[in-house]
Amino acid sequence: MKRIIYSELQGNNRQFYALAGLLALFMLVALGCAYYMEHNGHYVTGMNNQVVWGTPHVFAIFLIVAASGALNVASIGSVFGKAIYQPLGRLSGLLALALLIGGLVVLVLDLGRPDRLIVAMTHYNFKSIFAWNIFLYVGFIVIVAVYLWLQMERRMHRFAKTAGFVAFVWRLVLTTGTGCIFGFLIAREAYDAAIMAPLFVAMSFSFGLAVYILTLLAACRGSGREIGDVVMRKLSRLLGVFAAAVLYFTAVQHLANLYAAEHAGVERFILVDGGVYTLLFWGGQIVLGGLLPMWLVFRPAAAGSNRNAVLASVLVIIGGFAQVYVIVIGGQAYPLNLFPGMEVSSNFYDGVVAGYAPSLAEIGLGLGGVALAGLIVLFGLRLLRFLPVSLANSAIDPHHPSAAGRP
Amino acid sequence: MSSDTKDRKINETPGFDPARRSFLSAMAAAAGVALAPGVMLYGISKSSAVGAKALDAEASAAVRWGMLIDLGRCDSGCDDCVSACAKENGLRGFGRPETDAQWIRKVEISNPQTGSSKSLPVMCQHCEDPPCVDVCPTGASFKRADGIVLVNKHTCIGCRYCMMACPYKARSFVHEALEDQQPHSPRGKGTVESCTLCVHRIDDNRQPACVEACTGTGGGAMLFGDLNDADSEISKRVALYASQQIRADLGLNPGIRYRNL
Repeated sequence: MKRIIYSELQGNNRQFYALAGLLALFMLVALGCAYYMEHNGHYVTGMNNQVVWGTPHVFAIFLIVAASGALNVASIGSVFGKAIYQPLGRLSGLLALALLIGGLVVLVLDLGRPDRLIVAMTHYNFKSIFAWNIFLYVGFIVIVAVYLWLQMERRMHRFAKTAGFVAFVWRLVLTTGTGCIFGFLIAREAYDAAIMAPLFVAMSFSFGLAVYILTLLAACRGSGREIGDVVMRKLSRLLGVFAAAVLYFTAVQHLANLYAAEHAGVERFILVDGGVYTLLFWGGQIVLGGLLPMWLVFRPAAAGSNRNAVLASVLVIIGGFAQVYVIVIGGQAYPLNLFPGMEVSSNFYDGVVAGYAPSLAEIGLGLGGVALAGLIVLFGLRLLRFLPVSLANSAIDPHHPSAAGRP
Repeated sequence: MSSDTKDRKINETPGFDPARRSFLSAMAAAAGVALAPGVMLYGISKSSAVGAKALDAEASAAVRWGMLIDLGRCDSGCDDCVSACAKENGLRGFGRPETDAQWIRKVEISNPQTGSSKSLPVMCQHCEDPPCVDVCPTGASFKRADGIVLVNKHTCIGCRYCMMACPYKARSFVHEALEDQQPHSPRGKGTVESCTLCVHRIDDNRQPACVEACTGTGGGAMLFGDLNDADSEISKRVALYASQQIRADLGLNPGIRYRNL
């Protein structure tokens, strides 16, 4: 196989700065939104004492989950030794870091007291899965940064596989931790299940790869680099498999709940009469985010087409947001069951479905996290050699006819 | 050596600065003036609360504070406990019921199969194994040795994970800036709070405000006491009559018990 040459983004400066400016603008708006929320208090958001985690959490969790999934491309190359994925590894690491940082910033800015971040970094309750996650996130950033360095420093290549293995295990633990944030909530019927952990792992595979495909195509297109159908076919098919895995775990999650009569209420709420949550579940997560992308990428006629890959990735991302929204907000909207079997009422919304409508400030803050991730990737690509100069079939496919006879 | 000579000697010491010395003396005097009332108040508080827990004394693990609420005496129309709590702890609504804090609420329950109905106050249940304490990343949610579950206002970062974890919907997030707080009941925008069992009153050998109100103007449904003390009224009653805990199936062993639930 030919040696892969990487280079920084060059291209048209005006285009680069226009995109950077746009992303920076989104970030500024997000900072404004965060200030507005913190200055007035959270009553100006859609959140309340019933739905305590709102749209910023949906963005943050999507980004954090996608971050660990974005690293999979690198893992497939270095841990599982698939040569064709190796040129894609550096971008995978960069994207993973960017998404995680974007998600964490949203999470922190939505805290009631973001000024106390230092408290969160110095006071730990080791029984809390949240505290564990702080270590997992920081560890992920350090490990992926080292992994990237080993990949990019030729003299250190021999250690890259080991680092890749550590990063792969770490990312599995990290997403398990994120899933357990919900899985460990004993009192909430929509959560409280061990399957939340593998479900989140499957979600990360799917969301992360979808974001990766879009980033890769955008970066190659923006810098005029060729990308062959061999890579795209592999990535799209893999996306289809991951989307199927999410559907599988979702099915098991709901079937297990349906089997227990005590959970019939919450299942009915999500699957049948939960209004916007039911619509997002079936329409958003299952059809748009699951079945449609699978159909798009598995159709023989669609193999390797960039258009289909883009469409499938966009759909997986839309479905992913719908899924996280249903899990986070829908799970809280369904009332806590303090008195099983009884009809309940109070002036504190006992026994009724809680209302929640996202506010502009929350959406603005969430989009800021996406913009920050985009900005990190953009500057990363501009400053360092993350992207191969060509991903054409002849450049990366070991089985390509032009590869025959090469040393 | 005469004092004159001594002063002269000191004044001639290299690096001596009389202005600095007088500044430091003034600062020390100011600090003394500033601290003295505090020290005096501290002394008064220690001496006046005879039999109460001294401010610097640790809560005793031999005690388990709890409550027994008899639903047979709790009227559906009565919310004296709720208003007493609001007054005691300075909880004032902003006319936004979805985000206004609520430490104790009256819940009406009815059995759809039999038609029987009950009314009961629900607040932080002061669990022996509180999920809010387990999940809190910074340890701000904590349980005192005597079983009272509290939030440390200095280390709560406002992540709201405890609110996700509480099975009783007992916690509120302070959604906006507060004014005119009660000195004994500190609260703060951006942090989570819940019933403190009127810890300030307990440490002063008094009953929680809700219990006092219920005994006074309410139906006398609430009984407060030490569940670990076999001679306490509450221990005698829970030994004599069957009592229930809300969501006992979760195994959290709340300190708040109900009779006739």
